Amino acid sequence: MNQLNNFTKGFLKENPVFVLLLGMCPTLGVTSSAINGLGMGLATTFVLFMSNIVISIVKGFIPDKVRIPSFIVIIAAFVTVVQLAMQAYLPSLYKSLGLFIPLIVVNCIVLGRAEAFASKNNVVSSAIDGLGIGLGFSFALVLLGGIREILGSGKIFDITIYHENYVTLLFVLSPGAFIVLGYLIAIINRIQKK
Amino acid sequence: MNYLVIVIGAILVNNIVLMQFLGICPFLGVSKKVSTGIGMTGAVAFVMILATIVTYLIQNYILDKFGLGYLQTIVFILIIAALVQMVEIILKKVSPPLYQALGIFLPLITTNCAILGVAILTIQKEFNLLEGVVFATSNAIGFGLALIIFSGIREHLDLQDVPKGLKGTPIALIAAGILAMAFMGFSGLV
Repeated sequence: MNQLNNFTKGFLKENPVFVLLLGMCPTLGVTSSAINGLGMGLATTFVLFMSNIVISIVKGFIPDKVRIPSFIVIIAAFVTVVQLAMQAYLPSLYKSLGLFIPLIVVNCIVLGRAEAFASKNNVVSSAIDGLGIGLGFSFALVLLGGIREILGSGKIFDITIYHENYVTLLFVLSPGAFIVLGYLIAIINRIQKK
Repeated sequence: MNYLVIVIGAILVNNIVLMQFLGICPFLGVSKKVSTGIGMTGAVAFVMILATIVTYLIQNYILDKFGLGYLQTIVFILIIAALVQMVEIILKKVSPPLYQALGIFLPLITTNCAILGVAILTIQKEFNLLEGVVFATSNAIGFGLALIIFSGIREHLDLQDVPKGLKGTPIALIAAGILAMAFMGFSGLV
């Protein structure tokens, strides 16, 4: 039961995007379509899951003073793995996510979970925490990307919903990212308060 | 002419915060007051320019030379972390009030994606060193411009009668969206 809570908290109660307001750059930057949001979310989930496991294993060996730099090196290593794998197997997704793949390394969510959770808990809980938070992040990205894609290009996952003559292009451009996220956070706040 | 294109492009057309979404955390985090916004801009500008120079040299004279391009992400983030530590120590000695004002946000510059983003972009766009410096400086100015305008807006926003559900972050994000819309007016300049 406890582990289940640990897993599901990332989706709503401690959602990194909507509640903790972490990792805003990729959230706003890549969500011009749902598929980009999903790709980014899963890449981050992988890094989060792996780095949480490794950090919770080695936490006893790392002196407290060099904790943060060591965490960053571990995270950067997994980011490089994702970067090279994606470049090889999913070149088109890699191209559309662009700069934001290497930037996973500076995503506050990953370092935040390493510092706040993995450095204090055992391997199993850390792995579940990483997976839960990562999937919560992906959920937020797909939701935001989906809304923007429907409003801005009349499609969802490249399936046409309505004709592109009626779309509001603004929503796939940068102002749309800020505005849609603003309203989404307001709605989530409302749901949470109930 | 080339340099002018880089400057205008980085400050107005492809503003690093509003158009490229880099450095959103400090943009939302320290923009409650104009004075802290200015301090943050100074710190970011300093680290950004320094980091771009150092990473450029490392990339061209060490990584490329020995075929270690895949180490880029790891090496760059370590350089930036070390630089931030250095700026922190210097600022603590030279200007304690500023150090106090920026508080927890200075270590956070390490995880400011704008710094790493600009360093990587400089390599990707194949600038030479001088162009890289101009690019980093313009991006720092663009970051400061967006941050200071936005903190001015937020100071006024505090006094307005905002609907209860939108108070705080949501209204700040919507205001940023409208600001981004204003910056879209510059597209096509370059």
